[in-house]
Amino acid sequence: MSVDSPQVVVFLERFAEAMSEHRRLLTRLDSPIGDADHGENMNRGMQAALPKLQGDTPSDVLKAVAMALVSKVGGAAGPLYGTGFLRASKAVEGKAVLDADDIAAALDAAFAGVAQRGKSTRGQKTMLDALGPALDAAQQAAADGSAVSDLLRRAAEAADQGKRDTVPLLAQRGRASYLGERSIGHQDPGATSTAILIACMTGDDALVATAAEDAAREDHEEEPQVDEDV
Amino acid sequence: MKKLINDPENVVTEALRGMELAHGDLIRVHFDPDYIVRADAPVQGKVAIVSGGGSGHEPMHGGFVGHGMLDAACPGAVFTSPTPDQVQAATEAVDGGAGILHIVKNYTGDIANFEMAAELAGDANVRAVVINDDVAVEDSLYTAGRRGVGGTVLAEKICGAAAERGDDLDAVVALCERVNANVRSMGMALTSCTVPHAGEPTFELGEDEMEIGIGIHGEPGRHRVQLEPADQIVERLLTPIVDDLPFSQGDRTLLFVNGMGGTPQIELYIVYRAAATMLADRGITVERSLVGDWITSLEMAGTSITLLKLDDEMIDLWDAPAHTPAWRQGR
Repeated sequence: MSVDSPQVVVFLERFAEAMSEHRRLLTRLDSPIGDADHGENMNRGMQAALPKLQGDTPSDVLKAVAMALVSKVGGAAGPLYGTGFLRASKAVEGKAVLDADDIAAALDAAFAGVAQRGKSTRGQKTMLDALGPALDAAQQAAADGSAVSDLLRRAAEAADQGKRDTVPLLAQRGRASYLGERSIGHQDPGATSTAILIACMTGDDALVATAAEDAAREDHEEEPQVDEDV
Repeated sequence: MKKLINDPENVVTEALRGMELAHGDLIRVHFDPDYIVRADAPVQGKVAIVSGGGSGHEPMHGGFVGHGMLDAACPGAVFTSPTPDQVQAATEAVDGGAGILHIVKNYTGDIANFEMAAELAGDANVRAVVINDDVAVEDSLYTAGRRGVGGTVLAEKICGAAAERGDDLDAVVALCERVNANVRSMGMALTSCTVPHAGEPTFELGEDEMEIGIGIHGEPGRHRVQLEPADQIVERLLTPIVDDLPFSQGDRTLLFVNGMGGTPQIELYIVYRAAATMLADRGITVERSLVGDWITSLEMAGTSITLLKLDDEMIDLWDAPAHTPAWRQGR
């Protein structure tokens, strides 16, 4: 896999499609511990980003999606995702094709940006709990000399596990933190959308479907049908 | 859902159009990105004050744009933070060369969006003060911290007056921090409220129940109890406020009884009477007052009480003229 700017566009188009498909799940996850708008907000942001996904380099494309999310998502997710994409964009500025080290560096910069913007760290039931394990796996894969496709798969699997591991956590940031103990037992919606994002970079639909599961819901019943477009 | 609206999607835009038509002598409204600025902005050589947050809290913040209060307000969607491009554009539109103060309520989304806007606004000299006066939320490492509620209204009046008289940015920032350090609030709800695009009440409350310790976004509060007489409700709200700062005998204060949007004034004065009596019993002097719907949660019925410990400078600034769509005094 050659991660050039058309390939980054493909990643993000898949993410936009996944946000549309799974917006009900994300909003449902956000209902008991947030304000029930994560799926709608992310979907609105990525739909607005779609026509703007262009650029000569991966960095340009990442910057375009960042600015679209910042101006369309609102709430906390807009600036958090926007900052993550913006820092990733800066980390790989000037490169025409991203190798394994570049992708690890982009994830590293994104993690640091989201942590700074959200004044948060791992273990507080946020998107960092998916992004952090993905970063660890990517750095390990890069150090092992893995191919890009292998790195992305390992990052996606780690993000998915990280997302699952948010269920027993006590929320310490965002609106969920006002609930205290009542936040325990729910999967974090931000960690879920982040796990979906990383899975979308693998091109493996099965990984995307896994990322869009709610580990707190044992019966894995199907999501209610998605309404016609909002 | 029973509301005086057209399409839920257009609620904020149509309300802003209405404000523009009604108050064109005081404010200008910019659309896409949405923000409100005072008609004479930018005022050269004056510190500019920008605030904002989700819509649904009217008259805050848009109603406070004008002489003696805010230079700009950035309304987000209902109960949703404004976006950085909005805040950046508003900040640049009111920059008079003396710096800009962002007054931000303590919510994760508001802070992230205002911080990002400050970064994007590159050249402008932007400082931010975060208001976090809600004693219903435990302030600890394990929460996002206390929410910004009624104290925001008082900070915007007092700091707006300081900027208007020519205080520099350091002084206005220090004053805003002083107001925040000396103000405490707590609220309660008799009913929930319905966000237009959600169509359903945010939470359900029984006929005989009330929610104590609510925020301003229809989020549930600290606990739910049986409805009580007003005097007891006031005691539930005022005791944690007085104990928290703590306010003590001989303090001079401003007592602010706020309506959440669906409470009649007659009830707010019953609340005010109880609060003023309780404070008098404790030897706390009320030197200034504010009663009415100033920071609301759509049509929620309920009240919040805010108490600010005053000093001479704050009193002067409180009494200074202001002329905005919602606030007109001494001019």
